Amino acid sequence: MTTTDARTVGEDLRQRVADFLAEHDHTTMDRLDFLRARYDAGLAWVNFPEGHGGLGLPRALQGQVDAQLAAAGAPDNNPRGNGIGLGMAAPTILAFGTEEQKKKFLRPLWTGEQVWCQLFSEPGAGSDLAAVSTRAVREGGDWVVNGQKVWTSSAHKAQMAILVARTNPEVSKHAGLSYFLCNMDAPGVDVRPLRQITGEAEFNEVFLTDVHIPDSQRLGDEGQGWRVATATLNNERVAIGGGGGGRESGMVGVLAKSWREHPERRGVGQHDKLLRLWVDNEVARMTGQRLRQKLAAGEPGPEGSAMKLTFARIAQEASGMELELLGEEGLRASDWTMKRPQHVDFTGRDAVYRYLRAKGNSIEGGTSEILRNVISERVLGLPSEPRVDTGIAWKDLPR
Amino acid sequence: MSDLNLLYTDVEDDLRSSVRDLVAARSEPASVAAVYDGDRSVVDPLWRAIAGDLGLAGLLIPEERGGAGASAREVAVVLEELGRSVAPVPFLTSSVVATTVLLAAAPGGAADDLLAGLAAGERTAALVLPLAAGPGDEAPAFAVDADGRLTGSARSVAGALEADVLLVPVGTAGGTAVYAVPAADARIEPVVSLDMTRQLADVTIEGAAGQELLGGAQGGDAVARALEVGAALLASEQFGVAQWCLTTTITYLKDRRQFGRVVGGYQAIKHRLADLYAAVESAGAAARYAAAATAEDDPDAVVSTAVAQSFCSDVAVKAAEEAVQLHGGIGMTWEHPAHLYLKRAKADQIAFGTPATHRARLAELVDLPAPVPVG
Repeated sequence: MTTTDARTVGEDLRQRVADFLAEHDHTTMDRLDFLRARYDAGLAWVNFPEGHGGLGLPRALQGQVDAQLAAAGAPDNNPRGNGIGLGMAAPTILAFGTEEQKKKFLRPLWTGEQVWCQLFSEPGAGSDLAAVSTRAVREGGDWVVNGQKVWTSSAHKAQMAILVARTNPEVSKHAGLSYFLCNMDAPGVDVRPLRQITGEAEFNEVFLTDVHIPDSQRLGDEGQGWRVATATLNNERVAIGGGGGGRESGMVGVLAKSWREHPERRGVGQHDKLLRLWVDNEVARMTGQRLRQKLAAGEPGPEGSAMKLTFARIAQEASGMELELLGEEGLRASDWTMKRPQHVDFTGRDAVYRYLRAKGNSIEGGTSEILRNVISERVLGLPSEPRVDTGIAWKDLPR
Repeated sequence: MSDLNLLYTDVEDDLRSSVRDLVAARSEPASVAAVYDGDRSVVDPLWRAIAGDLGLAGLLIPEERGGAGASAREVAVVLEELGRSVAPVPFLTSSVVATTVLLAAAPGGAADDLLAGLAAGERTAALVLPLAAGPGDEAPAFAVDADGRLTGSARSVAGALEADVLLVPVGTAGGTAVYAVPAADARIEPVVSLDMTRQLADVTIEGAAGQELLGGAQGGDAVARALEVGAALLASEQFGVAQWCLTTTITYLKDRRQFGRVVGGYQAIKHRLADLYAAVESAGAAARYAAAATAEDDPDAVVSTAVAQSFCSDVAVKAAEEAVQLHGGIGMTWEHPAHLYLKRAKADQIAFGTPATHRARLAELVDLPAPVPVG
């Protein structure tokens, strides 16, 4: 696309949003009706195809639409309340779903009527996700699911889940998985809070006992679950590490603010360290910007893993340094009571929380060690470590 | 902060291929290494081919002044390739830094002929400042008398050995002026340099006649701008150096076997390479951002230059050090080209301001002041 074309497309889109606003008065319309109309007008995620909330335009143009609608005072879909749905479930459903599945699930997902969670990790399958032992057995037109999932954020408020389960234990572990869309209000779904080092419980354990999922909610072919899950995880790493914030976004912004507002906290040895973190954060912003420009053409590949690696390191170093700057004040925490946070904000609450929560950044969505394996094997083409779990049926693996 | 395009255009990709093909044909690692032993026969033909045959010396010069009318974006792509091949040519010093100084002179003046000569690849210029001088550093060490004769000296100047004309910053009552002096009229003493692929020289001028190109009102800004552009685009060279180190090391480790296995399959090695990959990719984005911001004269250009220099300098050094280490014994030999990259990377880290000085600049630019000393 030439610059002139791009400008014209941007102007056309601006006009389209203006027309939409003229025809839909958000001050009198019901919020959900307004959001559904916005979806039907293709203004939900413009990079999605027509008929599924989009217009088939470059992803980069979404920011313009959001800004224009926000400037008009229109309600949004509270994207922070449905991060897994928007960032992970939606692109996976778009890539692997049937027309019926896309029609049925994408609209309520986008409007926030259905919040999504992710039933992937298990007590015995963390980094080795392909080893999941939750079983799905076909029974007529349904799948009957039994097992235990863990680290499930939002499970206590979600209506839907993306689920990876074993449909065939007789083949090797990667080949025996299938991917499902699971109703969280189905009988047999039991959600229990899982308390973290911050004192809160933003995550859950989810116990699945004879949960019925209709075959129409299988995403992708039977046995194709690993491939579908990989697409989800690539999107997750971009969602976590891809940033998209401006300069001084994230933990470095908090640190810089503390430095500016409290000259008494400044230490000589800390100045260069602060500037290095600031530079690293700014370079991560640029790298994210370039990644998004590349993505405008296609789907995220394993390159997003490098972004997430960087993001976790910066968040941990900056939050650690912030406590150090605070000195004696850094010794005082605010609250250890068990709570259910409404949504997770890595840079929210107090410095002690930020420091502790950041520890999760190098674990959730693939540990930094696994990400280094992903980069070295799938991007750099280096061989994997010798493995003892290939060519063996899952049921025969040592456990 | 505008949404600068950080991708390469088709034109830039084509440019990259032609530079890569030419350098591959004209400069082998062995002939580059020979410059350390005093054999500089690779330099002239390579530079003539790049400057003249490909016409790259005039990239930054507008068409109406005889150049190609390209921008810092294209120049950055050339520098990536020259970094990737540690090419011993004065492209950065003549076609970027000296050219940027001259472009500050209004058309129709004394700089025109020189610019046309540079654009045609017939002449080569150098700004007489230490390679270590960065944006904001004090410039002139040279004085001019009433007859227009210059006196002074500068140490560790890059590009002077290859130049036929020197651009000399001169302190005057009205500010820093810039004079042109034929290289033949100066004493240019080669320095045994850390990086002999960008060999330095000590330049002494004792009463040589100079021609004023920029007066005291303009020269200081022109020199500062040239150092700014030089620093911004050096980042692309550093990215090229880093990328060569990373890819060469990976290729080697896919082949090298110890204990019956490919060394690149050991996790201790893979994780180091994954970290290096993340750093090199980030350096590519930072360098590209600085080039794009410079090309568009973006208000963010100064910050992005300080960011790119702070980041890319260290990544290039890290990549070269990892290349030496992960090649094992062979990486320590004169025969393997890794040392050419280590020397270039380390010299580039100091060139146009060290990373620490760029961070100190940044502290002022983005309002993160240093602590006030107590007492």
